[in-house]
Amino acid sequence: MLKIEQLSKVFYPNTVNEKVAIEDLDLNVNKGDFITIVGSNGSGKSTLFNLIAGTYPVTGGKIILDGKDVTNKAEFKRAFTIGRIFQDPTKGTAAKMSIEDNMITAHKKGMRGLRMSLNSTMRTHFKEELMQLSMGLEDRLKDNVGLLSGGQRQALTLLMTVLSRPKMVLLDEHTAALDPRNAQIVMDLTMDFIKRYNLTTLMVTHNMQHAIDFGNRLIMMDGGSVILDLKEEEKRDLTVAKLVRMFKSIKKKDYASDEGLLVT
Amino acid sequence: MLEGIFVDGLIFSIMVIGVLISYRILDFADLTCDGSFATGAAVATMAITSKMGLATALLLASAAGAVAGTITAAIHNELKVPGLLAGILTMTMLYSINIRILGGRANVPLLRIETLYTKFPTVFGFVNSSWALLIGTLLIVIFVKTLVDLFFRTDLGISIGALGSNEQMIVSLGISPKVLKIIGMALSNALIAFSGGLLAQYQGFADANLGQGMVVQGLAAIMIGEFLFDSNKISFITLRVVLGAIIYKALMFLGRYYGYYINLTPSDLRLLTGILVIISLIIAQTRSAASSADARKKALKRSKERFRADKKEHRDA
Repeated sequence: MLKIEQLSKVFYPNTVNEKVAIEDLDLNVNKGDFITIVGSNGSGKSTLFNLIAGTYPVTGGKIILDGKDVTNKAEFKRAFTIGRIFQDPTKGTAAKMSIEDNMITAHKKGMRGLRMSLNSTMRTHFKEELMQLSMGLEDRLKDNVGLLSGGQRQALTLLMTVLSRPKMVLLDEHTAALDPRNAQIVMDLTMDFIKRYNLTTLMVTHNMQHAIDFGNRLIMMDGGSVILDLKEEEKRDLTVAKLVRMFKSIKKKDYASDEGLLVT
Repeated sequence: MLEGIFVDGLIFSIMVIGVLISYRILDFADLTCDGSFATGAAVATMAITSKMGLATALLLASAAGAVAGTITAAIHNELKVPGLLAGILTMTMLYSINIRILGGRANVPLLRIETLYTKFPTVFGFVNSSWALLIGTLLIVIFVKTLVDLFFRTDLGISIGALGSNEQMIVSLGISPKVLKIIGMALSNALIAFSGGLLAQYQGFADANLGQGMVVQGLAAIMIGEFLFDSNKISFITLRVVLGAIIYKALMFLGRYYGYYINLTPSDLRLLTGILVIISLIIAQTRSAASSADARKKALKRSKERFRADKKEHRDA
């Protein structure tokens, strides 16, 4: 589904602020995979998502999406395959428009024509879809999205993302800005949609328990590269304590080698 | 006299709908307007004086406006400069172009030649001439408003609205924001130029300086309209704009007509318009602060009530 070869990204090259965000990263994502990604701030998780989605141009390497080389393709072209949900619930919806206008915009990908697709059949269809969220949004089709709470907006964003039928979704800490109850609701919905539409998923999270509980593969990033890649079998009997221990032992090795450099 | 204000306001309202599209719907602070309004007047005037027909004249004027809007959007898209600067660039260049269109003159009259406004009194012969002008203009405005309303209910129109509200969402849906911006800006400036083409026929001349200060006047009209009623439906929003435009022209008429009592001259009207916009902004701000304070009070009251109900339930149990 997604193949990343020797990917690298350098911000502000040749200046004092030069920063290597991603370094020679290789990643192979199979169709139907659900990969959780953990790592501290600045480890390159978000940059990786931005590179996959096409928000930033790459410095080096290749990105092959669904069999096609998309390394130099514009973000909006890759969006045909990728659905992306951000941490900020306001990023996925248009606040100044009604729920139905938002949904009619999201119901398919690509450029629009002069057809008026929003009719009564569409409205009933939208109501049925909104019913799945069980948030009472089905009775508020004409309300502006700006009036909804963060949890409701993120749930709507999720629904709109699957409405446009992407093959792959990138979830960038999409429950981090919500309270525990709403986070749980949105996470349950996410799992439901991923299963139903067989979506290939990459999910960044700071919740170690989520990273362990969900998905069939876990990746840990640090300093712009993958430092840990656990497959299904290895992931099954993982606990948070074990994961933290693994992270520390890998880091210590780094420190040790750094010290070694300083001594000799 | 009164009919005159309405005709003036209605012609102006088409321009304000154009400004609405750029400022409110696309969220693009566009100053092209100051140039494209005069472009519309110039193109229509030259087309009429060279006997191309009235419909062709207005179509050409709109097309010229659309080209101006496209250029602004293209500068913004490709050179990655803010919309404001892109608009100023186009507007500045248009000043020279407008004088070229007018054949090297800054002012071209439409005298002793048939225009829409010399035709209306014969078409609508059943009323006196000033009412005929009003009816003709009203019909044109209704036609244009209906077209705009319909457009913003199509899939394309809705996606342009979504772009103005959240550009990332449009990108995520596989639509090029650049293309949508070009379409929106072309439409906006086509309407502005169309309005200019009408005004030239109504006042009987085209002038290279016709567009000066149009953006601010348009914003003033939009803001006045926003005080009238609240809605997220495009047909109400455009209706609000038309009413706002007429009220604005009426206010300016009052300023011109009665202003001399307080020593006001026509050149002071720009200052008045600016102050009007500032006052509108202040009122809008205090209103939104008041409404959020009100909402907070209500929320607190509701939570107190819930608390009381819970306590009562507790006691009963």
